[in-house]
Amino acid sequence: MSNNNQGTLWEVFVQTKPGLPHKHCGSVHAPDKEMAIQNARDVYTRRSEGTSIWVVPAEAITASSPEDMGSFFEPANDKVYRHPTFYHVPEGVKYL
Amino acid sequence: MEKHLFNYLLRLADSSLIIGHRLSEWCGHGPVLEEDIALTNISLDFVGRANSLYEYAGKIEEKGRTEDDLAYLRNEREFFNNLLAEQPNGDYAQTILRQYLTDAFEIHFYEALTKSKDETIAGIAAKSLKEIQYHLRHSSSWMLRLGDGTEESNRRLQNALNEIYRFTGSLFETDDNDSALTAAGIVPDLSVIQQLWQKDVDTMLEKAMLKKPENVWMQKGNLQGRHTEHLGYILAEMQSVHRAYPGVKW
Repeated sequence: MSNNNQGTLWEVFVQTKPGLPHKHCGSVHAPDKEMAIQNARDVYTRRSEGTSIWVVPAEAITASSPEDMGSFFEPANDKVYRHPTFYHVPEGVKYL
Repeated sequence: MEKHLFNYLLRLADSSLIIGHRLSEWCGHGPVLEEDIALTNISLDFVGRANSLYEYAGKIEEKGRTEDDLAYLRNEREFFNNLLAEQPNGDYAQTILRQYLTDAFEIHFYEALTKSKDETIAGIAAKSLKEIQYHLRHSSSWMLRLGDGTEESNRRLQNALNEIYRFTGSLFETDDNDSALTAAGIVPDLSVIQQLWQKDVDTMLEKAMLKKPENVWMQKGNLQGRHTEHLGYILAEMQSVHRAYPGVKW
């Protein structure tokens, strides 16, 4: 298998049950979006893992970089008041 | 009638098994990983269908033959698969073309077979039809992309068409065995299926910028167990393990 003519890279998201979010499960190569869906179906759902598939061109995804971890995520660590755990919930309230 | 049905089931099962085996030859050799998996998935659909059909055939025959006996212990002249199924994989264009021509036939044939008065056959057909819809989608996508792709991909697909179109007639071959079954509403009339197939194929060839070969002499003989030279080699490979270790399970 040559590695320079396999088409563009697509990220694959599969939904395991209706209503659940689509989760990233890997990537496929394909020349266009229809083939990307078919390839994703063959590679990631052949053991009945899915009910729906999304494919996204890998280059359309912008990711935060590992160096940003400190400035992005650490400031949240000492701000427990952002968690909604300080409210008194009246008894008898369900489904909150 | 049982004898007729048994013969018919063998023909269907043999065609499924042989093209399934052909596709399995791509395992580990596909042009890209995704296609490698796609073709082996499709291969398994065919082998699974063959399994169901052989099982039912063995039951009808009432001689205690299992699906393995039928698949692995018959010789070349006792196989009745269509001649297209046994043609070599060639390059990827030839594999795709052979698959498309088969899928375009099966989509109409198995659709009609879901209305069979024989419930077991109708059940197998209903399950197969869902698989075939996907096979056709896969092979059609590649027909368009190769046919309307580069100069080279179009040339290769055209070469494949010139090479194997003459085996498509054998998809529609029929004999006295079938007429009783058709009259009883158990199997469809192949001449109707052929018209539907030809219409779809002509449209596809035009879209894929291919030229239909003209004045083609259609090769036949499979209903009498006469095959191209390729079938013997397929059986030799496919049956060798079972014949070396009779009754082996894994």
